[in-house]
Amino acid sequence: MEMPKPDSTVLSKKDSILRRLQEVLPAGAVIHEAAETRAYECDALTAYRCPPMAVVLPASTEEVAATLRVCHELGVPVVPRGAGTSLAGGALPTADCVLLGVARMNAVLETDYENRVIRVQTGRTNLSVSGAVEEAGFFYAPDPSSQLACAIAGNVAMNSGGAHCLKYGVTTNNLLGVTMVLMDGTVVELGGAHLDAPGYDLLGLVCGSEGQLGVVTEATLRILPKPEGARPVLMAFSSSEVAGQCVSDIIKAGVLPVAIEFMDRLCIRATEDFARAGYPDCEALLIVEVEGSDAEIDEQLGVILQIARRHDPLELRESGSAEESARIWLGRKSAFGAMGQIADYMCLDGTIPVSALPMVLRRIGEMSEEFGLQVGNVFHAGDGNMHPLILYDANKPGDLELCERFGAEILKLCVEAGGCLTGEHGVGIEKRDLMVHQFAPEDMEIQMAVKDVFDPRWLLNPAKVFPLAASRARRVAG
Amino acid sequence: MLAPSNEADLAEMVAAAAGPLAVRGGGTRPIAGMARGEPLSVAGIAGITLYEPGALTLVARAGTPLRDVDAALAEEGQRLAFEPMDHRALIGTDGDPTIGGVVAANVSGPRRIQAGACRDSLLGVRFVDGRGSVLKNGGRVMKNVTGYDLVKLLCGSFGTLGVLSEVSLKVLPRPEASATLAWDGLDLEATLAIMTAALGTPFEVTGAACLPAQDGRASATLLRIEGFSDSVRYRVGALAKALAGPEPDRVVHDPGEQAALWREVRDVTPFADAPGDVWRVSVKPTDLPRALGTGGFRHLVDWGGGLIWTLVPEGTDLRAQIAVPGHATLVRASAETRARLGTFHPEPAPLAAISAGVRAKFDPRGILNPGVMG
Repeated sequence: MEMPKPDSTVLSKKDSILRRLQEVLPAGAVIHEAAETRAYECDALTAYRCPPMAVVLPASTEEVAATLRVCHELGVPVVPRGAGTSLAGGALPTADCVLLGVARMNAVLETDYENRVIRVQTGRTNLSVSGAVEEAGFFYAPDPSSQLACAIAGNVAMNSGGAHCLKYGVTTNNLLGVTMVLMDGTVVELGGAHLDAPGYDLLGLVCGSEGQLGVVTEATLRILPKPEGARPVLMAFSSSEVAGQCVSDIIKAGVLPVAIEFMDRLCIRATEDFARAGYPDCEALLIVEVEGSDAEIDEQLGVILQIARRHDPLELRESGSAEESARIWLGRKSAFGAMGQIADYMCLDGTIPVSALPMVLRRIGEMSEEFGLQVGNVFHAGDGNMHPLILYDANKPGDLELCERFGAEILKLCVEAGGCLTGEHGVGIEKRDLMVHQFAPEDMEIQMAVKDVFDPRWLLNPAKVFPLAASRARRVAG
Repeated sequence: MLAPSNEADLAEMVAAAAGPLAVRGGGTRPIAGMARGEPLSVAGIAGITLYEPGALTLVARAGTPLRDVDAALAEEGQRLAFEPMDHRALIGTDGDPTIGGVVAANVSGPRRIQAGACRDSLLGVRFVDGRGSVLKNGGRVMKNVTGYDLVKLLCGSFGTLGVLSEVSLKVLPRPEASATLAWDGLDLEATLAIMTAALGTPFEVTGAACLPAQDGRASATLLRIEGFSDSVRYRVGALAKALAGPEPDRVVHDPGEQAALWREVRDVTPFADAPGDVWRVSVKPTDLPRALGTGGFRHLVDWGGGLIWTLVPEGTDLRAQIAVPGHATLVRASAETRARLGTFHPEPAPLAAISAGVRAKFDPRGILNPGVMG
């Protein structure tokens, strides 16, 4: 993956840049020793690494503003970072950048149960937002798999999803307001604890803009009362196509499960070797979870099981206890770890219309043979957000490149099927060059024109999202 | 009037326009202020282009009448979850509301508190910008973080950033049953207490509103529950038990009666024939008491207290009487009052600059609905 050549003028001013940052920030907030900056050289897309020129760890919105003012004045690129769990390289530094990490800003600023909102600093982890309101019977709905580690800052930047989006939506549907610092240091407030915006929906625009429009330092999030209970059912099928059809029929029937998860044979076997959840040996399985009181759960599962039976399931496994529920989820939750045990893998994130699931799964199978690389499928089937895991051998020369080419073909297939390149991970650097398959040049141009308004000099996370060739003129002019 | 019948014609007309255009769909929601310019109607660009009930998605051209969308969805037992308001009675317009108009104005109804607003159901847009280029953003899948979310930006932009030509929406199943708990004659303080408590339970209230007293009828505080029949029955009981304070006076099960009640809330019909201006105030629910104004006005409350419709004597500046965070929109008023007070809440300077900057990128010649939204 190509990254722009570091700006030699910026590198030559390193000492004065550091001095200026140290003047406006408290001791310990600026890190520049090579041994220390190395910790920030990559995010969860570990194949690509580059230590930043310096790392700044502010403790408040004011310190973020001070940092950005200095960088803006001196023309220094800034790469914002939440917890560094991006699978797309969203927080990958460049050698000439100041990496701005919000990890020290993790306070809960206000919990307001009457209005069902919580206001937090964005360095706070996703799971600890729910943790802060759990005792009062509330939770924060978006639940990316990395929720133990990932920060709200990154969730807002990537508009993160999770397993329960089918019912609760993604970050943008649960975000009511932000405090954001623009590249020139101006602090703005978008939204608040009320439900809609007065003018343009700038909050909706900022969510998912991958840290290119501003640095979000505080967020007002909607919290929801915890459901009375939840219960999964596991269904085994003789083919992926049949499982895919079952998903579509469940949705059409008027039931809205909180989650419908899909796993294919490769993932099931890897998971069994790893976690021993006792899954049936089959081509494809679904885990469907519904919520409510016991009686409501029975009612919904009754409808779901009736539909499943029409698809000749090999097994329908209902849960009779919390322990059995946990076992049903155990395999799914360990799937990524299990796949990591058998090989290196690349995790894709394309979304397709649910109706296209059978066709796309079949094509991926065929392409797997053409490329000679195995693919496991484990994903959120209810909303069509696929996660094909392509297995490769990092030690085998050329295998990563082959895997990336295969991945690109799968994502193009997703777009052709009426879907998109990324459903919840973001573009980052990983899918930057594939943007041309989803967007015509003018569709990208208007997005870049929006960035021009927020960050005219293209200093904020400039080498991400758009193909480098498309953004070059703007980055160079900056 | 310019009346393109397809997207390509629309693009050509915008590109060729020598002066300002006043963009309209069905013309039933002139709430963002009146545009100067040659009328451009999108109503001719109509038709549902794709509907996949099993994927919960519908794609329609912008001029498609809302009633056609509703009818197609009803046939499959589905609906638009965000319950868009019909503005005709309140504003005194006629014509046929279009799906593009709903999106352009981000129109959402009582179910907004549980199912989200129009912007939350909107998956993709195609539109023609001020240069006459056809652009697209989003798509027809529920999870999509590819590039910037211009879908949200276009939703509620009242035709000032582009002329919508096609929208794709997430739709949801129509529930098997619903029930409405009703309390008569409660004041707003008691109403707010009930709504707040109800929305803090796990029983999934999909409507929390209060109709004002009128024509000898007492005010009605309403909570709605929807879902499968047994589940609705269970949750109605559980909710009534969970709420301290007065027992509900009635539980309405009749579908027709409920539809009528929630239509009154959604369309603000109690103020339809009443003289005066109508404001729409959006605040956090517990700020409701401080967002009512000081004139002893009449109010219709929705969104669990977060949305207040207020009827005031003509020319009253309600915005000046509200000192809590949030915003007030002047929905019904004379042209003179609208010009004097402004339809939308003024934005702080840095945000106003961003909005103006964004608008100039989408419409560099300033021809799309000039005078609307600042």
